[in-house]
Amino acid sequence: MTFKDLHIISMKDFSRDMIDHILNTAEKLEPIARGMEKSDLLDGKVLSLLFFEPSTRTRMSFETAMMRLGGRVLNLGSLEATSIAKGETLADTIRVVGGYSDAIVLRHPKEGSARMASELVSVPIINGGDGAGHHPTQTFLDLYTIRRESHMDNVKIALAGDLKYGRTVHSLCYALSLYGAEITLVSPKELRMPDEIITDLKTCNIKVTQVDSIEEAISNVEVLYVTRIQKERFPDPAEYQKVASSLLITPQLLKKANPKLKIMHPLPRANEIDPRVDETEHACYFEQSFYGVPIRMALLSLIMGALE
Amino acid sequence: MTPNTTQERELRVRPIENGTVIDHITAGQSLNVLRILGIPNLSEDVVSVVINASGAHGKKDVVKIENRELNVHEVDRISLIAPNAVINIIRNYDVFDKKQVVIPEHAKGVVRCINPNCISNSSEPVTSKFTVTSDVDKILLRCEYCERVISENIAAHLL
Repeated sequence: MTFKDLHIISMKDFSRDMIDHILNTAEKLEPIARGMEKSDLLDGKVLSLLFFEPSTRTRMSFETAMMRLGGRVLNLGSLEATSIAKGETLADTIRVVGGYSDAIVLRHPKEGSARMASELVSVPIINGGDGAGHHPTQTFLDLYTIRRESHMDNVKIALAGDLKYGRTVHSLCYALSLYGAEITLVSPKELRMPDEIITDLKTCNIKVTQVDSIEEAISNVEVLYVTRIQKERFPDPAEYQKVASSLLITPQLLKKANPKLKIMHPLPRANEIDPRVDETEHACYFEQSFYGVPIRMALLSLIMGALE
Repeated sequence: MTPNTTQERELRVRPIENGTVIDHITAGQSLNVLRILGIPNLSEDVVSVVINASGAHGKKDVVKIENRELNVHEVDRISLIAPNAVINIIRNYDVFDKKQVVIPEHAKGVVRCINPNCISNSSEPVTSKFTVTSDVDKILLRCEYCERVISENIAAHLL
């Protein structure tokens, strides 16, 4: 199993052994991510960040990951100040930036953009989100969070919120299927997970159940993964309010929960989680966003050949 | 008077001296087969088409192209819309070679992805690419860029 020069495009490119190796590597690097140890593992290496869409966590955690390991980061900066404003294609931009760096993180609004980029350059491409497609480093950090805060094998997990358009949950479901998870899907009818993904999961012998409200799931599950419900998906604001309030996580609701329940959220959140929940033992979404650092350190060290 | 079988066959489509006969095309797909082969735009060959002919397994279409032998790439493309088609290469009125189309593992530059937001439908210099799988007589095309699957009416998405 070699990771050097491997592109990170879609979770479907990864076997369970590969995922385990990445999570194990992240665990070893976690003290460096927390600033407790120093490292020059990626000294002399350059990572380019090409973000054609807004990002806070993904961009900053890649920057932090690179800096903690002694590497450097090149940023595309604002699109107006680049050749893209002059009509340069993504393909040309990727080829040019490939010559400046040891790896490229790409976030682009078109689905399949990262796959295309990976065909054009020899340096590894990391998909930082391709439209409604994939966001594999988010899935890796989600898996790492589940492993650190709960457990991976046969975990009982509920996914709540926008399961129709939420790309993070589609990739996560696929990855969890490799670990025998029991998955409960909680969403209003309008935002249910597409049938083809449910069919895919069932072919992996995963137990999948669908329910309409969190109350039906909360007492049974060990992890509750909440996603943002986007207002713009609803033409009628009243309908949005109704759906959002039906999925709201409150301290009162959590009284019925398994005491070991962990609540995750990829952030940013809108109104899905009452801020009072932040103070409970259940909340782990801020720790989850931190775990993006050791995971990205692990991926960068592996694909740049600094670790095996 | 009812014509005998031989006369009837000759009246419909006469044998060709040299060229290709594509038999057992899924009924109704012959015009799409011509599209794949760039006929008539890219070709001056004489072409005969039979639609809804009776075959051993129900209705079928047949296409005869004079003075042109199909290459493997063209045959692969035909298999996406007519997976049971049989290609006969004719030389001097005899069948020189006969084989069933083989469904390719990949289809490049044949079909447009159904996802309007796929990078292969943008102004980027990229050719559409699909992984081909078949599931009980049904061809499935999974876009190698955005992973969207085309399972119905592939002919409608031919480039």
